[in-house]
Amino acid sequence: MTSGSQEDAPLRPRPAVGETIIGAGVLVLAIVMFWQAMSIPVSPLYAKVGPTVVPMMTAAALGMLGVLLLIDAWQGGWQTEEEKSATPDRAALLWILAGLVLNVLLIGPVGFTIASVILFVCVARGFGSKAIVRDALIGAAFALVAYFGFATTLGINIGSGLFEATIERLIGVEGG
Amino acid sequence: MDAFSQLLNGFAVALTPMNLLWCLVGTTLGTAIGVLPGLGPALTIALLLPITFKVEPTAAFILFAGIYYGAMYGGSTTSILLNTPGESATIVTALEGHKMARNGRAGAALATAAIGSFVAGIIGTLGITFLAPVVVDWALKFGPADYFSLMVFAFVTVSAVLGSSAVRGLAALFFGVWLGLIGVDLQTGQARFTFGLPELLDGINVIVVAVGLFAVGETLYVASRYRSGKDEIIPLSGSLWMTREEWKRSWKPWLRGAAIGFPIGAMPAGGAEIPTFLSYYVEKKLSSKPQEFGKGAIEGVAGPEAANNASAAGVLVPMLTLGLPTSATAAIMLSAFQSYGINPGPLLLQSQPHLVWGLIASLFIGNVMLLVLNLPLIAIWVKLLHIPAPLLYAGILVFATIGTYGITQSPVDLILLYLIGGIGYLMRRYDFPAAPVIIGMILGPLAEQNFRQAMTISAGDWTVFFTRPLSATILALAALALFGPKLYQLAMRPKPDHVPGDA
Repeated sequence: MTSGSQEDAPLRPRPAVGETIIGAGVLVLAIVMFWQAMSIPVSPLYAKVGPTVVPMMTAAALGMLGVLLLIDAWQGGWQTEEEKSATPDRAALLWILAGLVLNVLLIGPVGFTIASVILFVCVARGFGSKAIVRDALIGAAFALVAYFGFATTLGINIGSGLFEATIERLIGVEGG
Repeated sequence: MDAFSQLLNGFAVALTPMNLLWCLVGTTLGTAIGVLPGLGPALTIALLLPITFKVEPTAAFILFAGIYYGAMYGGSTTSILLNTPGESATIVTALEGHKMARNGRAGAALATAAIGSFVAGIIGTLGITFLAPVVVDWALKFGPADYFSLMVFAFVTVSAVLGSSAVRGLAALFFGVWLGLIGVDLQTGQARFTFGLPELLDGINVIVVAVGLFAVGETLYVASRYRSGKDEIIPLSGSLWMTREEWKRSWKPWLRGAAIGFPIGAMPAGGAEIPTFLSYYVEKKLSSKPQEFGKGAIEGVAGPEAANNASAAGVLVPMLTLGLPTSATAAIMLSAFQSYGINPGPLLLQSQPHLVWGLIASLFIGNVMLLVLNLPLIAIWVKLLHIPAPLLYAGILVFATIGTYGITQSPVDLILLYLIGGIGYLMRRYDFPAAPVIIGMILGPLAEQNFRQAMTISAGDWTVFFTRPLSATILALAALALFGPKLYQLAMRPKPDHVPGDA
């Protein structure tokens, strides 16, 4: 459907790197999906439409779309020049990423509140806030309100750590 | 008259003190998240899904519907005062509304948006009341093959027609379908795409995906672009009372906007962007002062705001009568139905009249509450806009974490959340729509189920989808929607629409 590209474009546009990676990623995902779908065992009892038919159709469709995206990328990509030239703020992304990773690692061992405060401070820092102490206090207040309010209303049991247990003992509330 | 008496019963349900309270909580929360940039109804309802284990379905859906409608009202406030549309459907409102605010007429813009939303919300809800039973009568004739075709049609329209690119929309959709297929296949008990992880046997929770895309992905994207630039918030100015002339210029656009929005929303294609843009152009064409458009024409706020709310009401028609969600929010509401073991579809009105009519009645009540919340109390919501972005987004991520970690307390869910957030960031960065992922994830497994049923009934004959007249018609429409624009383009032989500059 995009075969006439060469005559269409007056100047041959350079392939867009970012878009090529995205297109390739979609294609790789489709191949992994197809390979995974092949490994689903099919019992002959369910011969009509087994558990693999729709997964394979999905993989095939995604593969086709991946190819179309790659073609589009090689013809210069689909993003506007403005969007292409905008470089993401790496420092901001790294701060948030650090917050997320620390949160996953710490939420089990030290509990929700402390992990949340660290996440809160890191994200706020990513958005340019330098007031670490203020952010930590607001984060702690927020996390505690969320822990006792949200969790008890919704009946969600968020793993409690040292901090929560101490406060629960202090105010005599059973968490969760 | 039947719908009318049913509706009266619905009011009896919705007017109980507890349900009124749920409605008030929903509309208040909805307005708040509509006002706050970075939060939307799909994310909020996803975070509140665990409530379905605690309260009865009627209360939960009254809450969700309040959030859904409230977000539409609140979104317009942000568009007008901040020029950052809180909701994709309020982009058009920002065009004229923000200009009005700059000209010192923020009050009138907010008033026409709120009253227009109210008028259209009431018209749209009346539309649901009378259209839903009609669609149900028609939908009872549907077989599995017809349902499958209808879902294919919805897939095509929500991902290929409404977005900026069919390829990227469909890629997002099939990614969602894949996410939906992960887990044990209910018909055969086979594990699919679990990569040997026992945590994935039950499937990926829609909360994880919605929160990952809409909270984590969005936060990452905003952070990557933020560079501590400050948005300018226009202070409330001008009287909230509209002048006689402003009323005169508003009431027709409200009605026209509602007339455009509801039918488009009620089609199994959905989407609130098209009716708002359509209403904008209609108003521009019909206006006696077209030169004011682009400089703050009140018609350009009144019409699109009404269209937006009417189409939001319209989306509930296919959701309640066919079980067919056409927006991310509706898809998440559908998963709430599933969590109660209720199947939305033509039988819902008969099997759960209490729930459906109570919900519809609460929409009327909710609209009245929202009018009060959004006009006399507007100053409170404006304060929300002053929350600094670092604290707002840090709070969003902490909340996202509670919502996800609370489901199973498994770090696997958190890792999945952040992975999907990363994908959401890339999707935002490279202009892939997020809604088709959620719709594909919820609707994909249902489509598969109907596909298999149809194939079982036809004894494995693939032609069944093309020999049933209804199914064949719907598939033909889907093909037309998918390839029509491309063919038209080829036939008209336009210049290439994408000429990248040689910078």
